Amino acid sequence: MKGLNALLGAAGLAVLLALGEAVPRLGLVKAAYFPPTSRIAGAFVDELTDGAFWSALGDTLTGWALGLGTAVGAGIVVGVVVSVVPHLREATASTIEFLRPIPSVALIPLAVLLYGTELRSVLLLVVYASFWQVLIQVLYGVQDVDPVAEETARSYGLGTWARIRHVLWPTALPYVITGVRLAAAVALILAITAELVIGAPGLGARIAVAQTSQAVPEMYALIVVTGLLGLLINVGARAAERRALAWHQSVRGEVTV
Amino acid sequence: MLDVRGLQKVYEGSGRRVEAVRDLTFTVEAGELVCLVGPSGCGKTTLLKCIGGLLTPTAGEVLLAGKRVTGPPPGMAFVFQEYGRSLFPWMRVAQNVELPLKQKSLSKERRRELVADALGSVGLADAAGAYPWQLSGGMQQRVAIARALAYEPDVLLMDEPFAAVDAQTRADLEDLVRGLWRERGITVLFVTHDIDEAVYLGERVVVLSASPTVVQETLKVDLPIERDQLTTRVAPRFAELRTHVYAQIQAAKRGVPRQPDAPEELRTDTPPPH
Repeated sequence: MKGLNALLGAAGLAVLLALGEAVPRLGLVKAAYFPPTSRIAGAFVDELTDGAFWSALGDTLTGWALGLGTAVGAGIVVGVVVSVVPHLREATASTIEFLRPIPSVALIPLAVLLYGTELRSVLLLVVYASFWQVLIQVLYGVQDVDPVAEETARSYGLGTWARIRHVLWPTALPYVITGVRLAAAVALILAITAELVIGAPGLGARIAVAQTSQAVPEMYALIVVTGLLGLLINVGARAAERRALAWHQSVRGEVTV
Repeated sequence: MLDVRGLQKVYEGSGRRVEAVRDLTFTVEAGELVCLVGPSGCGKTTLLKCIGGLLTPTAGEVLLAGKRVTGPPPGMAFVFQEYGRSLFPWMRVAQNVELPLKQKSLSKERRRELVADALGSVGLADAAGAYPWQLSGGMQQRVAIARALAYEPDVLLMDEPFAAVDAQTRADLEDLVRGLWRERGITVLFVTHDIDEAVYLGERVVVLSASPTVVQETLKVDLPIERDQLTTRVAPRFAELRTHVYAQIQAAKRGVPRQPDAPEELRTDTPPPH
């Protein structure tokens, strides 16, 4: 069954690539704007041999990883503190609900004013967008702590720190990991957006350059690269999730005793 | 060992005032196995949580070895009814048993010794590396009991621990608790709504009234110390005692303070007036 699914998936992809090759060659769309698959593939291979491409990829990944790391760290710490300190959650709820829906791209002018085309501009946008994803999940996760588990821990004399570490954190972990997975995808989107719009070095900026210099196949090849990056990030996050949550019902399934 | 004096617990909130426990006074001697039994909804869990320091009583006090209980005391271990939620699914069986010990200043070897000993006592030495959710309900409750034993408590509080397991497992676990009590000489306060279980297990049965709760009666169980599911449960004395407790609980439900026609020889151990 799994083999058949993989086969069907490969067949679907092959059809898509074949269509991408056939449609411009048959003249149904202009090959200048929509080059056939083979030319995009050629441009892709050329990119791989270009040192500038690799440094752009490195810039994008740096912005993504630093931004995501900061957002995850801050999201977890703020989430736990807001949940554990009495009344803090109620006091911050309205502020969070107000700040959270602000689209990160709306902060682009601010980022440019503050940092120009530096990495810090990218980081500002990435962190702002990913932070909420993590924070909200941590807040949900902490609410999920089972009162019986909490009372068990208290009855056995576990202090606040021990209860955070052994009860609250493992309970919240499935939520945290979901938050990190969502944040990883959002962080990539914002990293590319920031480079594309602001011109901070990276794949986004390279796409913009390819577009303005009429290097259409290269532009497509770079877009494909960003897609592949997103795919890798998601697959990696899912694998990490399965490893970390082997005990959780969503991963272990129903155990019949 | 354990003194409960004039305990009262009133829940207040959203305009409602519920007096769960009105006035409870009783004592559990060191090394005694006492069962608390009462009609459902009579505040048994509230009482046990007050004793365990998980809830603060509205009035009265709980003394453990002469010291007033203000929070969960180190000399008490709690076994909850909901074993599935009380054990942590992210920890293996041995880690679950070991976690409370990490709060005590014990060496790693000593901790390992206690864990192995406790798991051995409940017959789960092989399950140390399993996750709780890989075990049956009865086995999970055994793990919870092992966790309590490893903690080396002076007093073991058990809150309807066998209410959620099947009848056969329940009989096994009852014998396990009596066996451990005799072997280790710990003081056990066992809360149940099952009259047969209370009489079968306890050296003394404290019958509670309906809510707001007071002590309806304290009854000494004069069954032999050696008990087993086959002979004890069909012994005429067992039947007398359970009938008496049953009558008391029915009376408690109707709000009658004491059953007037209780046979004199059963009224041996009534609580002192207060």
